[in-house]
Amino acid sequence: MGTLDRTVRSFLLAELVAGMGATLRAFFKPKVTINYPYEKGPLSPRFRGEHALRRYPNGEERCIACKLCEATCPAEAITIESEPRDDGSRRTTRYDIDMTKCIYCGLCEEACPVDAIVEGPNYEFATETREELMYNKDKLLANGDRWESVLARRLELDAPYR
Amino acid sequence: MVKVTVDGIVVDVPNGSSALQACEAAGKEIPRFCFHERLSVAGNCRMCLVQVVRAPKPVASCGFPVAEGMEILTDTEIVRKARRAVMEFLLINHPLDCPICDQGGECDLQDQAFGYGADHSRYQEAKRAVKDKYLGPLVKTVMTRCIQCTRCIRFATEIAGVPELGAVSRGENMEVTNYVEKALTSELSGNLIDICPVGALTSKPYAFTARPWELKRTDSIDVSDAVGTNISLQVRGSAVLRAVPRVNDAVNEEWLADKGRFSVDGLKHRRLDRPWVRVHGKLQAVSWQDAFVAIGRRLDGVPGDRIGAIAGDLCDAESMLALKDLMVALGSPNIDCRQDGADYDLSQRAYYTFGTTIAGIEDADALLVVGSIPRQEAPVLNARIRKRFLAAGRGGFPIGLIGTPTADPTYSADVLGEGPDVLAALRDGTHPFAATLKAAKKPMIIVGHGALTRPDARAILASAWALAVETGAIGAGWNGFNVLHRAASRVAGLDLGLVPGKGGRSAAGMMSGGVDVLWLLGADEFHTAQIGPKTFVIYQGHHGDAAAARADVILPGAAYAEKSGTYVNTEGRVQRSFRAVMPPGDAREDWRILRAFSEVVGHTLPYDTVEVLRERLATVNPVFRVIGGLDAVDAAALPGPSDGGAVLPAPFRPVFDDYYQTDPICRASPTMGECSRIYVHPRTVAAE
Repeated sequence: MGTLDRTVRSFLLAELVAGMGATLRAFFKPKVTINYPYEKGPLSPRFRGEHALRRYPNGEERCIACKLCEATCPAEAITIESEPRDDGSRRTTRYDIDMTKCIYCGLCEEACPVDAIVEGPNYEFATETREELMYNKDKLLANGDRWESVLARRLELDAPYR
Repeated sequence: MVKVTVDGIVVDVPNGSSALQACEAAGKEIPRFCFHERLSVAGNCRMCLVQVVRAPKPVASCGFPVAEGMEILTDTEIVRKARRAVMEFLLINHPLDCPICDQGGECDLQDQAFGYGADHSRYQEAKRAVKDKYLGPLVKTVMTRCIQCTRCIRFATEIAGVPELGAVSRGENMEVTNYVEKALTSELSGNLIDICPVGALTSKPYAFTARPWELKRTDSIDVSDAVGTNISLQVRGSAVLRAVPRVNDAVNEEWLADKGRFSVDGLKHRRLDRPWVRVHGKLQAVSWQDAFVAIGRRLDGVPGDRIGAIAGDLCDAESMLALKDLMVALGSPNIDCRQDGADYDLSQRAYYTFGTTIAGIEDADALLVVGSIPRQEAPVLNARIRKRFLAAGRGGFPIGLIGTPTADPTYSADVLGEGPDVLAALRDGTHPFAATLKAAKKPMIIVGHGALTRPDARAILASAWALAVETGAIGAGWNGFNVLHRAASRVAGLDLGLVPGKGGRSAAGMMSGGVDVLWLLGADEFHTAQIGPKTFVIYQGHHGDAAAARADVILPGAAYAEKSGTYVNTEGRVQRSFRAVMPPGDAREDWRILRAFSEVVGHTLPYDTVEVLRERLATVNPVFRVIGGLDAVDAAALPGPSDGGAVLPAPFRPVFDDYYQTDPICRASPTMGECSRIYVHPRTVAAE
């Protein structure tokens, strides 16, 4: 009985008709895909993307080399070296993040007492070589300068929930 | 003994103990800021509050004496509430700058705020700010963080003996200050950093460098003096970032001299990291093999007695033994570990060690110092003398000095004279201090290297021993005869017999053309101009100091942080250090260099591992079998050092002029250079 049933269905192209039906139904439904490089989906203010080191509005870097991000980083992706700056304040001389090690958990951002290191909304930082993913302090500060308006807005939006 | 109940646990504590000690005996941890075991009790932080049954209010346990049958409660709601309130008051004026504070991660206030701090502050008013004080090149101050525990004031006054810190004003306006803006004049000032429970006093050279959780700790021994202070080297990556003391009540209690603490930055400057050979008057970098071949070629045909070796002040026992074995294999009797020209009687260990022991100073009741300035030669030992001086009370511990004191000894002492003639006067009783020594039950005599580096060292040694016997400093159960060394390697060198053999030449003899080939194992403390121009000099060491500039071949060795070594302190206590970092570049552990070289010249030394070498150490001298301990010596049964002839009338000279520049590591250290500039040559600072 089963054999006869399968033979009849296959001769009548039943699967093909079912498949075409699914296509036809989807054809009339609203689109769920976006045209990615030109269109982008919405992001939560908590989205954890590429890192940035922020500055104060007067241009002074926020990071005070407390090394809490380095200590909390579960992937040990952050390396910091510090010494007194000429004016006696505590500053980093080296702030490296190995983006290939980073697991984007956001603990560095949570540990930071001065909101200096943040994970921004940018996720488009793919590179052609691994070396380019070894971020140093200049790169992170440049990220901060580029994204500052967005970063400040995100922190503001998320502030009530912290 | 008094029976006290702490939280239901019955403990026996000595009469006069404080409630805090009783709680500790019962295993209860009491939070404290101002209380410190080795300082007087101040009782001003109020953090150690406990409840005593039938007392109307909580009491500060650090200053509250126990009484028979007392019942102490340490974990009741009243106690917790009282401590929370104290913590809230302490935090009113304490800034919330833990992220930029160097004490962060090792801060008593931070730790205890976890137990007793509130999650938010109720304080809305303005916090106070205090101007920072200048305490010199070693101690950095952030006085706003100060919680007025006064530990630093008590340390400076009681332990260091420099009453330069104090408090002015009262209540909220109280400030710890040094009255006049002047660097602290103590060789123990670095301990203020350890003793400060908050981040008010931190290390200036180490400022903002690392966090305690990043550091790997390795037990080591301080080689900057002969006390053998137990230290812990704290390392990140390949750099030794700081040295802090370890507690050892028999040696250093918990103190460390500034030179040992702050000279660690010298370990990364001016290092020898590859072998060099002088070719046509110029040093050329070569491989190990080429350096060995160059030495081997030069040694070819040189008779054994034209070869010599001098071991320096920072060497470990292992490398000195390897050096000696190599020299014996080469047929040379010329070996010396006394580059300063000191002389000892080596027939008994008691003649060249600190017989009373450092802890034993606390039992002595009179002291005579001959040709030594303990404050500079052994600051930690000097703190022990001061401790005894304070404990004995007025006149209870008379101290006489023979020599020219260059600094305040930190205790009141009579300068009896300048030269060895005073020793003779003390022996025949014409000097008034002789009666004081005779009256004392346990007098001690310290002979320093101001006396032992003179040509008449043997005579002074014999005369000091005779005085010790006559005054009862050497008797049943008490050995009051002490030699205070200043080089970390010296006692080990003497124990291993690194002195000229039969017909051998001493250090001075070797330098003045007595040998054709001179092997310097880290020996730098002499003028290289003394070495004859024809002498072929091999310098094996870790720093490019004076002797390396003169050398014909340089073999890069390891500094104390880079090898596991055995050191013997001035008491004769054998102690072992461990390797904290790897030697830089091509540098190697010193005994391995000597072992490798011995193979090139065909006299292979019979040890391949450090264990075998240590076995050999113990064979050469059984004292190396016991690590950390010290055997009691019955000095009364000894005949005394042999008399070496006439005593010269010249006054005793200080061993060194500059405490901060005594070895290659200090001279390479920028911090020690700064200290020398500020403390020893203040005129040049003022001129700038």
